[in-house]
Amino acid sequence: MSDAKPRIGLFVTCLVDLFRPRVGFAAVRLIEAAGGEVVVPEQTCCGQPAWNSGDRADARRLAARVIDAFADCDAVVVPSGSCAGTLRRHYPRLFDPGREPERHAQAEALAAKTFELLEFLADERGFVPEGVRFEGTVTYHDACAGLRELGVKQQPRRLLRRVAGLTLSESEGCEECCGFGGTFCVKYPEISTRMVEDKCGRLVASGADTVLAGDLGCLLNIAGRLSRAGHPLRARHVAEVLAGMADGPAIGEPRGG
Amino acid sequence: MEVRSQRFRFSARDALGDPRLQSALGNIQHGFTERRRQALDALPEFEQLRAHGTAIRDHAIEHLDAYLERFEQQVDAAGGQVHWARDAAEACAAVAGICRAAGARTVTKGKSMATEEIGLNEHLEAEGFTPVETDLGEYILQLRGDTPSHIIAPAIHLKRDQIFEAFQAHHDPALSSHSDDHAELQAEARRVLRRRFFEADVGITGANFCIAETGSTVIVTNEGNGDLTQCLPRVHVVVAGIDKIVPTLEDTSTLLRLLARSATGQDITVYTTFSSGPRRADDLDGPDEFHVVLLDNGRSGMLGGELQPMLRCIRCGACMNHCPVYGAIGGHAYGWVYPGPMGAVLTPQMVGIERSADLPNASTFCGRCAEVCPVGIPLPDLMRYWREREYEGGHQPAAARWGLGLWARVAVRPRLYHALARLGARILGRLGHRRGRLARLPLAGGWTRGRDLPAPVGRTFTEQWRGRAR
Repeated sequence: MSDAKPRIGLFVTCLVDLFRPRVGFAAVRLIEAAGGEVVVPEQTCCGQPAWNSGDRADARRLAARVIDAFADCDAVVVPSGSCAGTLRRHYPRLFDPGREPERHAQAEALAAKTFELLEFLADERGFVPEGVRFEGTVTYHDACAGLRELGVKQQPRRLLRRVAGLTLSESEGCEECCGFGGTFCVKYPEISTRMVEDKCGRLVASGADTVLAGDLGCLLNIAGRLSRAGHPLRARHVAEVLAGMADGPAIGEPRGG
Repeated sequence: MEVRSQRFRFSARDALGDPRLQSALGNIQHGFTERRRQALDALPEFEQLRAHGTAIRDHAIEHLDAYLERFEQQVDAAGGQVHWARDAAEACAAVAGICRAAGARTVTKGKSMATEEIGLNEHLEAEGFTPVETDLGEYILQLRGDTPSHIIAPAIHLKRDQIFEAFQAHHDPALSSHSDDHAELQAEARRVLRRRFFEADVGITGANFCIAETGSTVIVTNEGNGDLTQCLPRVHVVVAGIDKIVPTLEDTSTLLRLLARSATGQDITVYTTFSSGPRRADDLDGPDEFHVVLLDNGRSGMLGGELQPMLRCIRCGACMNHCPVYGAIGGHAYGWVYPGPMGAVLTPQMVGIERSADLPNASTFCGRCAEVCPVGIPLPDLMRYWREREYEGGHQPAAARWGLGLWARVAVRPRLYHALARLGARILGRLGHRRGRLARLPLAGGWTRGRDLPAPVGRTFTEQWRGRAR
């Protein structure tokens, strides 16, 4: 770690921005605790819905905006494996190194400094949560893109182990897709519902009282299915727990008062 | 085989509502997936093996023309004959011609997805021959007039009582078993098929590999039916895609290690049989004639393009065994010979994207297929390739296209985007204020039919952050 605080650009993600700002604030608190200075450049979406729908032109347009917006950050941190994966694994493929070498190089540079929140904390900053408490048994859902595109697996578990009062109970099939899949869940709702039904069955069987994950897309899907099916299991983004901000209502719970 | 991929949405819905199918699909998890895991746990060098296998396949494909010619020379030298088929019709005609020349009536068949791909059974029947499937799964499907739902376990969608019923309906009562006991059913099939093996004039198999170095074809089976199919009749016909070429015997042994572990979790398949030409003077058995029909059918169109990595595929089925979508709906919903992730890439190439538009879209891109693929095929990337072609060709549903276009136009205008996000957060936040979630929402029926929508809190992150920063 150098003396000057690194300038960390928070890529909020559109789902966190709209559905659960608390995750963004938890990420800010964690990055600051890990010694970073947080900036939030103007942003909308990473472009993944376009890219995964075969709309390369719009994906490129959005990628170019993100590349420019975060150009002067030392690192870009994303509280979502899926959006982080888009920046890191997919942006460089959107620009042809032969025909647009400059853009391609910029995309590579952004990719090299982009991190999913948990890997940033655990691997890049060697961060250890101090004095954080969470009373309960949690189970961890490994969101697909974080796990398979970025290799996020041990980091959340390592960090959670330092939270007082918390017990981790792994669920069978914790690496299996929850059926969210971005636009998949609205294009093929029946298949998606079956997948999240299976996922929820396994989460409940773990005996945990809270399910944690690093991606809000999965969490909205899982929380929505849990409440529809009447399971008392609660859902939270792992950043809320690590930042000591898991005191408010869980995802899909009414705001008290 | 008739293409029914256009009906994907309907077939998938039917599959989800079919309790018997759902119970059969449950076996995949505890069968293939778990056994593969155990096999890999026992082989720490699997990653090196995978890299080696991938390099072998890439090399073979990059020099496909040379290896195909070498293969033909070696088959010739061994006294066999290679037939080149550009498409299904040419391949069927070649096989029927060989059967006719042999004066054949009964034709036995080992399991072969290439022959499913070209619709060989229907063609042979129309030409007056009697094809008999000898792989137990394929045999059951033939009795039922059914089609495969998995490339290595074609009848995995069936339960034992359905097999018992099929046997009761079609078999000579003298040979029938009296229960749906596993061993009894197997013994019954064996009794019936034994006669067919002796009657057959021509035996048709597929090939897992065609070895350029030796002109040999290789099949792996766990039942031994392939050996009886190719050794007993006077004529052996192999039908294989041109992508099955492997340079050497040594390469083949590497790929066999990958194949068995990835497919069934075995160290090696029970029978691995190499066929090198017809029976020689001092051979104890073997056919008088040996023919190899090499099938293109869209494969050469993948050379040199973005889909080329798909030609590495060794047809192990691991991608479908680990696919959560396949696990939910089974193989028939995909509507053609090749289901699951590999089928979502191959089917559009072989039958046209306009007839299989849903296939490359019906994936969450969870990436598990690519993770388990023994030859490192980036299946989600190749599915995305098809999505791009669909988008360019305007084949996507109008509503999806329109919605995406509108969203993209807003997303490149941050002020407009955030104004709308603020508005959305307000409205949804107010609607869901009391319960924290929404059970129903106009235009979001796809989501809310099966699950609630957790409600936003009312103010976006951007809004709150700006307020805080000021």
